[in-house]
Amino acid sequence: MTDFIDAFRTALGLIVTLDPDLFEILILSIKVSLTAVVVASLLGFAIGGALAVYRFPGRTAISAVLSALMGLPPVVAGLIVYLLLSNVGPLGVLQLLYTPTAMIIAQVVLVTPIIGALTRQACQDLLEEYDEQLRSLGASSSAIVVTLLWDGRYRLITAVLAGFGRAIAEVGAVMIVGGNIDHVTRTMTTAIALETSKGNIALALALGIVLLTIALAVNASLIWVQRLANRLAYA
Amino acid sequence: MLDPTSPLEGAGDRLASPPLPVELKGLGYETGGKRVINALDATIETRRITAIMGPNGAGKSILLRLMHGLIAPTKGEILWAGRQLDRPMAHRQAMVFQRPVLLRRSVAANVSHALGVRGVERDKRAICVGEALRLAGLEGHASTPARVLSGGEQQRLCLARALSLEPDVLFLDEPTSSLDPASTLAIERLLLDAQRRGIKVILVTHDVGQARRLADDVMFLHHGRVIEHQEAESFFGDTQSEGARAFLSGGLVL
Repeated sequence: MTDFIDAFRTALGLIVTLDPDLFEILILSIKVSLTAVVVASLLGFAIGGALAVYRFPGRTAISAVLSALMGLPPVVAGLIVYLLLSNVGPLGVLQLLYTPTAMIIAQVVLVTPIIGALTRQACQDLLEEYDEQLRSLGASSSAIVVTLLWDGRYRLITAVLAGFGRAIAEVGAVMIVGGNIDHVTRTMTTAIALETSKGNIALALALGIVLLTIALAVNASLIWVQRLANRLAYA
Repeated sequence: MLDPTSPLEGAGDRLASPPLPVELKGLGYETGGKRVINALDATIETRRITAIMGPNGAGKSILLRLMHGLIAPTKGEILWAGRQLDRPMAHRQAMVFQRPVLLRRSVAANVSHALGVRGVERDKRAICVGEALRLAGLEGHASTPARVLSGGEQQRLCLARALSLEPDVLFLDEPTSSLDPASTLAIERLLLDAQRRGIKVILVTHDVGQARRLADDVMFLHHGRVIEHQEAESFFGDTQSEGARAFLSGGLVL
């Protein structure tokens, strides 16, 4: 028990003294996940908006697959990207395996279905309400997509936050394609896994505390965005 | 804020030129194996307000949507001054629905969006928005989120948005069915004003008093057919059909 308290004390020390190792890992994690979420948002908004508005064969099937992929296990996302990027894979020539870019790609694969499926649902709900009005105005399909995305902006923000929460907390995908290389591809989650197995509980705990704080902050913003939307009757 | 006395481009002074007559020829609409509109023939010639009346399920809303091109007839055709409804013609129409459909944006942005969709240039939109809101008495609410407005204000905004498009033809589907008398009066004033500017108003209403106040001619629908269509004065004074007589006397029309 005293060991644990000591570890906890050391962990807090690492955080308040802005320990350079800890912050290097923290910054890399945030950089990777933020970049992945930006890319996944652009893809997810486009895919979700298009699936809600355009009618084409296979639309329902694609929507169903997208929703199912929301629960894609990170290790599987990692495995798929690993196969693509490995030396014998189709994108092997790019030599991206074990780089932060590889981790970004893996997280994009993981997060795009989440943002895409939530965007499609948000747009579909709005379209049910707006359809006749927009067609009465003579809006083109692309204009309808843009209108729905903007009017669903609060729900899209929550989708993005959910995607970020997923990306920053996952370990399987970044572990497989990043390799947890010190100073190169070591993120908070992979570092926690490694340090724990090495018995270096203090650093693991410090990272855990930071990760938990980020998760709480993301959820607090979710609630705040929802409240703001309700207050403006924009929900 | 716009100076209401200043001469404004577009909106206020423009005289609409609706493509009349509207000919409904052997019109039929079937959905789910049910004939909602059945061999309907009618011609609307008056430039003034036409009211479509009838019991629930008579096909009034469907007829309005057919004329506006939101749905396609399964039989027959609709001709506007001899022409089928094509895209340019559809752009000369606007519609106000029974339940106000407003975007999750400010009052001004709702009007601006509609203008944008219809291809009005960005720098011209502001002046049109100002004029539309002034007309509807909503100029003080320009930056209010549209969906926090009262029911009456929301419907006024929908009407203002439709009018900002400078339509030649304006459809309304029971626009005041859930509004209080003051809000209803405000809407009716806007409609009479629209009519004075030459806009052809076609209105579905359940409200006999409203039809009396506004309509120049009344089309009475029953079971998807027009069973009576004549000038309002004679429709209310000398009702011909059994169904319409029962409807007007408050009886149950089955």
